[in-house]
Amino acid sequence: MKLWQSPAARTGASVAVATGLYGVSFGALGVASGLDFWQTQVLSLLLFSGGSQFAFIGVLAGGGSGGAALGSAALLGIRNAVYGMQLNALIGPKGWLRLGAAHVTIDESMATASAQTDPAERKRAFWVTGIGIFLLWNLFTALGSLLGGAIGDPKVWGLDGAAVAAFLALLWPRLRAREPASIAVACAVVTVAVVPFVPPGVPVLVAAVVAALWGLFGTGKADEGLEPDVDPGAHTKPEGRMP
Amino acid sequence: MTTWLYILAAGVVAFLTKLVGYLVPARVLKSKRMTRVAGTLTIGLLASLTVLNTFANGQQLTFDARIGSLLAAFIALLLRAPFLVVVIVGAAAAALLRWAGLP
Repeated sequence: MKLWQSPAARTGASVAVATGLYGVSFGALGVASGLDFWQTQVLSLLLFSGGSQFAFIGVLAGGGSGGAALGSAALLGIRNAVYGMQLNALIGPKGWLRLGAAHVTIDESMATASAQTDPAERKRAFWVTGIGIFLLWNLFTALGSLLGGAIGDPKVWGLDGAAVAAFLALLWPRLRAREPASIAVACAVVTVAVVPFVPPGVPVLVAAVVAALWGLFGTGKADEGLEPDVDPGAHTKPEGRMP
Repeated sequence: MTTWLYILAAGVVAFLTKLVGYLVPARVLKSKRMTRVAGTLTIGLLASLTVLNTFANGQQLTFDARIGSLLAAFIALLLRAPFLVVVIVGAAAAALLRWAGLP
């Protein structure tokens, strides 16, 4: 099958466009948080994981230290190790390909790949989504940085409000049951409670401890919180899914 | 300069985290507990970052135009708006409230 005839590749491409586009918000918020153009761009090139990137600049924008920014980004990236393990079993890349596969292992490539049942289609879905998002995400990060740098005072344009909306939108698809909603509320309350008493950036890490303890000792679903930002199923519905 | 170090470190840590999944034998990581903690961490951190960006100003809690962004984004998400639209709505809410005179 040619790549453009593959339904999985087409799903991957549409997820890549939808996700890549919002790189523009990351770019704009990156420069608003005090980073320069290249610092913002290198986050998209090397860190390349939406949630972790927004966490990094979100902590900096709130006055947190580089260490706290690094800590939150690293903790938020732990789920990618779980995806890597699952993708290793699903598509099994060999040799050096594993390095490339690891780099494009994110919520969306995991979700589109795991939505496929045919092994060949699964590979196409993973690579098209992963590489597609990497290219578009970086392109739109650059656009967003230039835009953000050109508009002057970011507060007049409500860019700090855009960050609030971005985090809520990243959280939203993960709140499909009562347990994740309880975790979210608990961590939100703990965060607000400790803000006056610890240095900026540290409240996120306190919330991370609460969330990790909840995960260790709670008894809910095993894969709570591991949902993509963009639902790959939404793009495949016309092609033979039951309504 | 130190900012660059943290950026590069974050990139390296993120890549190694992803790579671990491909290199470590499945049984090591395939515990339900590992998967669960990865998930609850994601939820907890994003919830924390949401309220932090809404209410925190350094070590102070403030009530300003960003609360309007939180509400506007919430409504947009209820109406199933796509990510980028939610972000724009959030920015517009804060910009409008500031234009109207809120801090």
